[in-house]
Amino acid sequence: MDALLLHRLHFAFTVTYHYLFPQLTMGLALLIVVLKTIAIRRKDERYNEAARFWARIFAINFLIGVVTGIPMEFQFGTNWSQFARLTGGVIGQPLAMEGVFSFFLESAFLGLFLFGEKRLSPVAHWASAFLVFLGSWISGFFIIVTNAWMQHPVAFRTLPNGSFEITSFWGLLNNPWALLQYAHNMSGAVITASFAMCSVGAFYVLEDRFSEHGRIFLRVGVIAGLISCVTQIFPTGDLHGRYMAKHQPAAVAAMEGLFVTEKGAGIVLMGQPDEESRRIDNPIVVNNVLSFLIYGTTQAEVKGLDQFPRDQWPSPFPLLFYAYHIMAGLGTYFVLIMTIAALLLWRGKLFSSRWVLWPLLLSFPFPYIANTAGWMTAEIGRQPWIVYGLLRTSQGYSKTVSAGNTLFTLLGFMGMYTILSILFIVLVYRTIDKGPINSGPEGMSHGAPTAAA
Amino acid sequence: MGFVWFWLVAVMLVAYVVLDGFDLGVGILHPFLARNDVERRLMLRAIGPVWDGNEVWLLAGGGTLYFAFPLLYASAFSGFYLALMIVLWLLIMRGASIELRAQINTNVWRSFFDGLFFISSATLAIFFGAALANVIRGVPLADDGYFFLPLWTNWRVGDSPGILDWYTVIGGVVALVALAVHGALYVAVKTEGELQQRARLFVRRAWVVLLGITVLSLPATMIARPDSLANYRAFPLAFVVPVIVFLALAGILYYCRGGADRMAFTCSCIYLAVMMVGAAVGLYPRLLPSSVDPAHDITVQRALSGAYALRVGLMWWALGMVLAFIYFFVVYRMFRGKVSLEDSGYDH
Repeated sequence: MDALLLHRLHFAFTVTYHYLFPQLTMGLALLIVVLKTIAIRRKDERYNEAARFWARIFAINFLIGVVTGIPMEFQFGTNWSQFARLTGGVIGQPLAMEGVFSFFLESAFLGLFLFGEKRLSPVAHWASAFLVFLGSWISGFFIIVTNAWMQHPVAFRTLPNGSFEITSFWGLLNNPWALLQYAHNMSGAVITASFAMCSVGAFYVLEDRFSEHGRIFLRVGVIAGLISCVTQIFPTGDLHGRYMAKHQPAAVAAMEGLFVTEKGAGIVLMGQPDEESRRIDNPIVVNNVLSFLIYGTTQAEVKGLDQFPRDQWPSPFPLLFYAYHIMAGLGTYFVLIMTIAALLLWRGKLFSSRWVLWPLLLSFPFPYIANTAGWMTAEIGRQPWIVYGLLRTSQGYSKTVSAGNTLFTLLGFMGMYTILSILFIVLVYRTIDKGPINSGPEGMSHGAPTAAA
Repeated sequence: MGFVWFWLVAVMLVAYVVLDGFDLGVGILHPFLARNDVERRLMLRAIGPVWDGNEVWLLAGGGTLYFAFPLLYASAFSGFYLALMIVLWLLIMRGASIELRAQINTNVWRSFFDGLFFISSATLAIFFGAALANVIRGVPLADDGYFFLPLWTNWRVGDSPGILDWYTVIGGVVALVALAVHGALYVAVKTEGELQQRARLFVRRAWVVLLGITVLSLPATMIARPDSLANYRAFPLAFVVPVIVFLALAGILYYCRGGADRMAFTCSCIYLAVMMVGAAVGLYPRLLPSSVDPAHDITVQRALSGAYALRVGLMWWALGMVLAFIYFFVVYRMFRGKVSLEDSGYDH
């Protein structure tokens, strides 16, 4: 097997798996702060119980996020050493800042948040939750700054030896691409957490166990879900897409499956791209919509893949096409289901509408898929570049690390992450099964779980 | 600037070893010191709220290394590929075993994670010691600054060394014993009664081994790296470093005998820190020496990032460290004193 492909798979596998956890961490951190805020303002103990319950799931999730995140920090050097050497003068900055500004904050206050409820006043405990939230969102920011520089390099100069050096610190942090991508990404994280909260809430209500807490989960989850689903598309997704069309036109053409430059380009809702004969099989197309989405007028010209030499097409191109369509399709579904749920919540009918509770219960995997597909769109869309327009992916990997060694460690990670997945699912299921009532700050058992409603 | 960042990275790595060192030590010792589940939980609870923060020093140190010395980061991380991957797997297993142990209350579940916690902690200590020894010994750097080492070859330090050879294994054993002692002293500080007595007893017994292997490591280093005293000869004042090492070692035994666990623990911190400083003094200005040709050495100047990046970095780094010290102060203050099994919502 080819070393470049193995290095790509190595990073793709470990980062895809890793990001399943931080997306829930970041979204849930916000929702836990919301729950704790309501608990304090309304002096309602049930919201504290709800926060404690989600803190237990948060703790397991955070742990897996941390242990699978450590390899990410090292893989730039282990598997992508040419890239690391050339770009360290720029992206070393945000990566180091993530460690210094976010990880210390997060780890310190997570300890206080999980272990310190009895030692802290309610407000101090709220503050510890808030600082964990802040830490996780700062962490996300620095990672996005790093990625955004690879997508859209700004504020740098090239040195004679081929390496890059930062020229403006604020320019790097204010990269427009980073700000758009950050908003889009964080909104996506809140969607994941909202759907998770709705799912558990729907489970309790449908089971008629802990249904009082289930309703709290549904209320908070549906409202947060609706807001984040809408902002995911407008303005964040919309702006990000337009910016991308301007700076990575080849990626957008490939995402949309647009082989030929067109005025009044239509949008392909579904279809199977055929790279060889350069067409979409079985297309379902809505005329003029793509031009309108990107340029605001139905007759604007959109560049197709024919404008770009074959060696600058993103690869694997069909996967990019599917990833983007899965993301966009699921995003539309999210708005739909959350709008219906929110309307029913407003009319006071949500908790008895089984036909909505069932989809809410079953939908929790979809945001994970959508977030993953979104990242695949971003990362495959950038190909064949590791730093867009500056450095090809084929120039970035570690030449000294053989294909055999890479495969060895890829298999190792696969095995290890399989075990982690099993542990995670078992433990989260147990936590849900035990329910929110036993998780008092005393760690005391209140006897067998009973329906509180 | 290079001098400054060399020592800033060194400080972060020293902080990592001193802080995460004691919870690694607790992992190495807990099958031996704790006689029952209550004692095991006490030991785990002593490190529960802090281990994750301690480990952040490794991540932040790694990130800072990438930022300040990209060539070193790229070269060392790809060259020590297999060892680093194993370290990553061990860190994963160790984190999981600390946090997941209490999730299910059956003997089999707990014993499994106890075993995993011990194995991963002990192996990590050995690997960290071996890693430092690798840097001291040098690696076969090519002129482009890259190399690749298999895990082991013929166990000799010659032309084609492996990550493990007789010298780096000595380094690993030094780390294993030193961190076990360090962890035992932390246990003595944080617990009472029989567990505390056993921890002190362990220190007194292991101390002789630690002294022996520390003494042994000096001539071993001279053989593996004949020029490692060059800086010391140039700046004789630096010979104060080994003196402090042995004073700190003496302090560990003296204070531990007297029951002054905090002082003994402080001496152990000094011992670990100064051992590393000693290695750093021997290295500077090299970051990673070549075992084949001194012209291939990765030096501070060769690996250093751009001047503007380093200047900006100094500002946020200083701010970040002040914040980190505040967090650590808050957390260690909040969880100060002896541990008990009663007052926490989240179990280990």
